Amino acid sequence: MSVRIVITSGKGGVGKTTTTASIGVGLAQRGYKVVAMDIDTGLRNLDLLLGLENRIMYDLVDVTRDNDPIPYKKALVRHRKYETLFLLPTSQVQNKDAIKPDKVEKLCNEMDKEFDYILLDSPAGIEEGFKTAIKPAQRAIIVTTPEITAVRDADKVIGELGREGIDDIKLIVTRLRPKMIEEGDMFDMRDINDLLAIECIGQIPEDEAVIKATNRGEPVITMEDSMAGKAYKNVIGRLFGEQIPFYKPPKDSFFTRLKKLFGML
Amino acid sequence: MLEALMKIFGKSEKPSGKIAKDRLRVVLIHDRASVSPELMERLKNDIIQVISHYMDVKTNGIEISLANDDDSVALVANIPVKSMRHGN
Repeated sequence: MSVRIVITSGKGGVGKTTTTASIGVGLAQRGYKVVAMDIDTGLRNLDLLLGLENRIMYDLVDVTRDNDPIPYKKALVRHRKYETLFLLPTSQVQNKDAIKPDKVEKLCNEMDKEFDYILLDSPAGIEEGFKTAIKPAQRAIIVTTPEITAVRDADKVIGELGREGIDDIKLIVTRLRPKMIEEGDMFDMRDINDLLAIECIGQIPEDEAVIKATNRGEPVITMEDSMAGKAYKNVIGRLFGEQIPFYKPPKDSFFTRLKKLFGML
Repeated sequence: MLEALMKIFGKSEKPSGKIAKDRLRVVLIHDRASVSPELMERLKNDIIQVISHYMDVKTNGIEISLANDDDSVALVANIPVKSMRHGN
């Protein structure tokens, strides 16, 4: 039996695919057999984040089409370094309606015995593609930034998941800027918890390492010295119920603030 | 300069994060209840109609909103009364 987790957000550009890639690698590093499915048909990117874009032969549309479908094993792309991690890419050319929710759920049932984890990387929005991604899922991870728009959309998605009967929902907050939080210009984790009331398993700081990781096609969790990499590593631990405290940046003292004011820092 | 001084002492005017939180609180209540501004306007007009049977109210001073009351939602109405209608 596999655990099926949908990674979704409502708003685009908050780090769904970055999160899916890092969780996929993190689970594979622990020895689990994982398939990461890209459901964002027409705008696929999970292949790039995993560095597997040149090895795609078939995609989700080929596997789920009515006439003469391709066996899913032919479409799976095995990761070179993490050999228990597989990508099931989606199509870059076809539109979102090319894949039906029932077909993807059936496919997940087929893959059930072979994998420990099925990760479903949802597209932004709450349209057809989103519905396709959440239908087979038992658990959900919501990704949001600490921005008013993203948090609002996250709340909307929580409602949609509830209607679909998914009540195991965890939250990952990305692109946190400690300095802005300290100055009161960005939601802190308590604010987000007050607003959404969902258990948080990840606080990912804004980090250039994320862009570098994407450039290289190596998920940021592999950059073990980076702040974002460490934060994703902790996400994996918390997925398994480990009690890991969240990193708290040290607060500026009176003298630090004074020095900053006079441009000495 | 005052703002700079306030910064040193760790105080300043209402931070934008607090403004965002207050705004989002209100928006989420409406989103979750799927209450549109049009519906609120219709509700307001109906309330005015009912209340005017009993008292004279300042129609332009009426404020009606949804607010969070712990874990439930409250309908909060602020209706200024000009005078009571007697003999009805």
